[in-house]
Amino acid sequence: MAILVVAEHDNVVLKDATHKAVTAAAAMGGDVDILVAGKGVKDVSAAAAKIAGVRKIIAVDHESLRRQLAEAMQEIIVPLMDGYDAIVAPDTTTHKNYMPRVAAMLDVMQISSITGVESADTFVRPIYAGNAMATVKSSDPKKVVTVRTTAFNAAAEGGSASIEVIADPKGPFKSEYIGEELSKSDRPELTAAKIVVSGGRGVGSAENFAIIESLADKLGAAVGASRAAVDAGYVPNDYQVGQTGKAVAPALYIAIGISGAIQHLAGMKDSKIIVAINKDEDAPIFQVADYGLVADLFNAVPELDAAL
Amino acid sequence: MKVLIPVKRVLDYNVKARVKTDESGVDLANVKMSMNPFDEISVEEAVRMQSAGNASETIVVSIGPDKAQETIRTALAMGIDRGIHVKTDENLEPLAIAKILKAIALAEGVDLVIAGKQAIDGDNGATGSMLAAMLGWPQGTFANEITKDGESLTVSREVDGGLQTVKVTLPAVVTTDLRLNEPRYAKLPDIMKAKRKPIDAKTPADFDVDITPRLTTVKVSEPAGRSAGIIVEDVNALVAALKKEGVI
Ligand SMILES: Cc1cc2nc3c(=O)[nH]c(=O)nc-3n(C[C@H](O)[C@H](O)[C@H](O)COP(=O)(O)OP(=O)(O)OC[C@H]3O[C@@H](n4cnc5c(N)ncnc54)[C@H](O)[C@@H]3O)c2cc1C
Ligand SMILES: Nc1ncnc2c1ncn2[C@@H]1O[C@H](COP(=O)(O)O)[C@@H](O)[C@H]1O
Repeated sequence: MAILVVAEHDNVVLKDATHKAVTAAAAMGGDVDILVAGKGVKDVSAAAAKIAGVRKIIAVDHESLRRQLAEAMQEIIVPLMDGYDAIVAPDTTTHKNYMPRVAAMLDVMQISSITGVESADTFVRPIYAGNAMATVKSSDPKKVVTVRTTAFNAAAEGGSASIEVIADPKGPFKSEYIGEELSKSDRPELTAAKIVVSGGRGVGSAENFAIIESLADKLGAAVGASRAAVDAGYVPNDYQVGQTGKAVAPALYIAIGISGAIQHLAGMKDSKIIVAINKDEDAPIFQVADYGLVADLFNAVPELDAAL
Repeated sequence: MKVLIPVKRVLDYNVKARVKTDESGVDLANVKMSMNPFDEISVEEAVRMQSAGNASETIVVSIGPDKAQETIRTALAMGIDRGIHVKTDENLEPLAIAKILKAIALAEGVDLVIAGKQAIDGDNGATGSMLAAMLGWPQGTFANEITKDGESLTVSREVDGGLQTVKVTLPAVVTTDLRLNEPRYAKLPDIMKAKRKPIDAKTPADFDVDITPRLTTVKVSEPAGRSAGIIVEDVNALVAALKKEGVI
């Protein structure tokens, strides 16, 4: 059995999500190779080669792969799958975008956002916003799997895989990259942070979010938000934690002015310690919180900030 | 531009799914069902495109049991021109759904498919991109804004780092994200009018595609539970507790 893991990177840095996908792939058993597709990915490939237990790195370095857009990724991956029994990628937006295309071209059913590997063909995945866990067995000859990275530990360093460079995608493609507006921040990445401080509708405005950010900075934490806070424009879309946003599982999650809707809980209930600060003692968030503080956030948050 | 909007009938987003005691699945007996929220956003977008003069015809399709017709009626009441109901009592996988949608998209000669980024029951997030690949069409997934310019669409996408903009030539598939628009509520006169709009009745057999499931559900179980912890008196008590836990 041979498994192809697709690397998560930004052409500069290899992301930890890759290491987690490698752990999931290793649990399926067999040889694990990593595909690094991008532009200027020498360093990323070298970093991937150092992941323990990896057989080889397949690198493809081309302008059309700079943003890892769906059509170019599909063109590279589908022929490669002749040599693999499974493809595994983190369930970040980059891979969620093209993995179903790969599955369709292979005529197999994708297994999305797995949180557990039972065997080479059987996986556990959350459905219904994580209110049920399905164990599914695939009868397809090849498996196309995306991985909820918070559910897996990162594979260790210490490998020395060989690097093979393959031919560039040819195109032409019917989609074209125009631009991007990325949130800039010196804070840790939301999905990888040890502590996450999230604000909800209760925070009230973009200006008020400064108290959430200040607390986060005091703790060296990432900042997250509920959908309501994003919809209201307090923070950008990439802050959203939940069923249809990002899944996080930090050591400490602090939910401030968040009621605890099913969809929000879906993205954070695997956190180790959950703290809720809410003025409504009946807010559902308290049912999952290890520590609850019933208080007005505009008093409690600055007080907490000062006490740290 | 002819637009096809696939809509799924799912457990209402306000209802917490309950696992059946025999672990065979989620209990859907006597619970509120609604249109998948992302599909409401797709319907709204299509209706707006038509009002703006960018869509010539809008068609919804739902694949599911008889009750899926209610979901189609909801879309018609929101302003969609006509519906297609592909009747099946099986719970088809995205791969099979995409194959049926491909056949419909080609038969109808549509220029654009607007699907939801994810159905909130199965949480697969697969159908839209599968369909695009099967058709050999480009895609703009997780759309936050869609603008038509000539024979292409410019799509702003919600990605993990923020927003990304791509331009896709038509025909294309777009999948909708939460911030694309705020779906309207159908007004009573529109609900009445929708009753007279046509719904074409089909079955999967009409499309001659392989819809056999590829996944078998071994079991569906309760997630690891979390129980409510303690309510602390004040900020100092909270800080003390977190220090004791060793997390700060
Ligand atoms: C298809 C779909 C997908 C969704 N996906 C997501 C998702 O991924 N993530 C997500 O988060 N949501 C998601 N939602 C939305 C979700 O259903 C809720 O609407 C949302 O999580 C509510 O956000 P909130 O808790 O900030 O707001 P509210 O529910 O309005 O809660 C605000 C809370 O703040 C408290 N509060 C107000 N003022 C103060 C104060 N001064 N001090 C202390 N507390 C205060 C209130 O008591 C209240 O509990 C989704 C919904 C749908 C339909
Ligand atoms: N049974 C169905 N009938 C019509 N459209 C569907 C069906 N299932 C999925 N879809 C479409 O595919 C999107 C994504 O679904 P999924 O891939 O299951 O998460 C939904 O938002 C719908 O637009």
